[in-house]
Amino acid sequence: MRHVRAHAAWIVVLVALIAAWQAWVRLRGVPQYVLPAPTDVGRTLWDERGPLASAAGVTAREMLAGFAVALGFGLAAAVALHASPTLRRAVYPLLVASQSVPVVAIAPILVIYLGFGLAPKLVIVALVCFFPVTVAALDGFRSVDPEHVRVMRTLRASRTAIFRRVELPWALPSIFTGMRVAASYAAVAALFAEYAGSGAGLGDAMREGTAQYDAPLVGAAVVVLAALALALFGAVTLIERLTIPWARRVE
Amino acid sequence: MVSAAPGGIELSGVSRRFGDVVALDDVSLNAAAGSVTGIVGPSGCGKSTLLEIVAGLEEPTGGTVAVEGARAAPARLERCALMPQSDLLLPWRDALGNASVALENAGGGRRRARAEAAPLFARLGLHGFERRRTWELSGGMRQRVAFARTLLAGKDVLLLDEPFGALDAITRAELQAWLRDALRAEPRTTLLVTHDVEEALLVCDRIAVLSARPGRVVLELDGGFGGGERAETIASEPFLEARGRALEALR
Repeated sequence: MRHVRAHAAWIVVLVALIAAWQAWVRLRGVPQYVLPAPTDVGRTLWDERGPLASAAGVTAREMLAGFAVALGFGLAAAVALHASPTLRRAVYPLLVASQSVPVVAIAPILVIYLGFGLAPKLVIVALVCFFPVTVAALDGFRSVDPEHVRVMRTLRASRTAIFRRVELPWALPSIFTGMRVAASYAAVAALFAEYAGSGAGLGDAMREGTAQYDAPLVGAAVVVLAALALALFGAVTLIERLTIPWARRVE
Repeated sequence: MVSAAPGGIELSGVSRRFGDVVALDDVSLNAAAGSVTGIVGPSGCGKSTLLEIVAGLEEPTGGTVAVEGARAAPARLERCALMPQSDLLLPWRDALGNASVALENAGGGRRRARAEAAPLFARLGLHGFERRRTWELSGGMRQRVAFARTLLAGKDVLLLDEPFGALDAITRAELQAWLRDALRAEPRTTLLVTHDVEEALLVCDRIAVLSARPGRVVLELDGGFGGGERAETIASEPFLEARGRALEALR
């Protein structure tokens, strides 16, 4: 019952917003190509379920592949930057500065280099997701209580043992936070990548819908994209709960 | 001053400055091999710094330190195990996993480390708590696990930094008796840092009283009051006399 009450609030707000939107469109007679009613979007979701599902499959693959690559490279980079203060001084400021380069701007260039397939999308999603993962992991490693390290040094721990048994597990909650941020970026990044040049995916469906003044199709694609983003976010949260149950018990 | 038997700890003229602050000033102290030495002093008198210097985690700015004849910091570190005031148990490991962490650090795998640690773990009154998560343990049990972890480092020298400082009075009294028995069963050269004169008299063979900053030894006296019934001991004439002298020196 408490569970229901905890979720009741946002469900009520969501339903109210959708109802208000529906009422506005119907009562004011807003043309569908300007703003489709929620029922129009719903109908398109159903009628176009085949094409939308295959588009979602393409986008999901781009998101997952890019996210996985970002996770691998991000963790590796964080470990390297953590292990070597020299490397950190040399690279970290540049890494931070690189975030001011808008990925949207380089997306079309990547399409020129890498074509219209999966590769440029993967690179773009990975570029966007890399930074939050790296920063979160590095912060996590560095936030270890130095007293832990001192005690472990008297307990026969080598540098590697300290990393494996203290710093890495200690950083996991922070790493998962970075992964959640990255997960929520992945959908938008994949969309940008598809806008820049693609023959498939939800971004392509949106572009097509826009060109044909098919606003319900654009709306339906947005709904599906949001669902993908939520699914990835939820998956990360679920994995976090399963792998580090201790994190919620401490403090 | 009597020279320590080989295997003990010898501090001679040890001082430590942090910038303009003199934390320790000309501390000389001998702890015989296998003896328990209490270091009593007010808060901020550099007691923890003293332990870190003995452990080889810090170097003194003046004077010499020898642990079983070893003078170089890495050699001292090899011989000492440190137990901090806050237990610093790792929440991602169960109780036995925490106690056996030094054995894992030494190599040989988790399973073997646990098997090797289990008998001592049980002897220290922790039988049945092997798989408990750290947050399920009471403060007293956590300190027992932390002490087991320190013992299982297999070092000759134990450095205990206010091990019972965060416990309530009843648990504290219980653990003082427990620690005395444990050190009788597993004799090690031990330095016990505490601000509690009674604790030092009950647990230690010999006691050094440190002055407020800069810390220096102002009194040395015999302890060894831990034999009989606690209530009788602390009301006995010799105990009260020793306590009075220590408190006088602390003022």
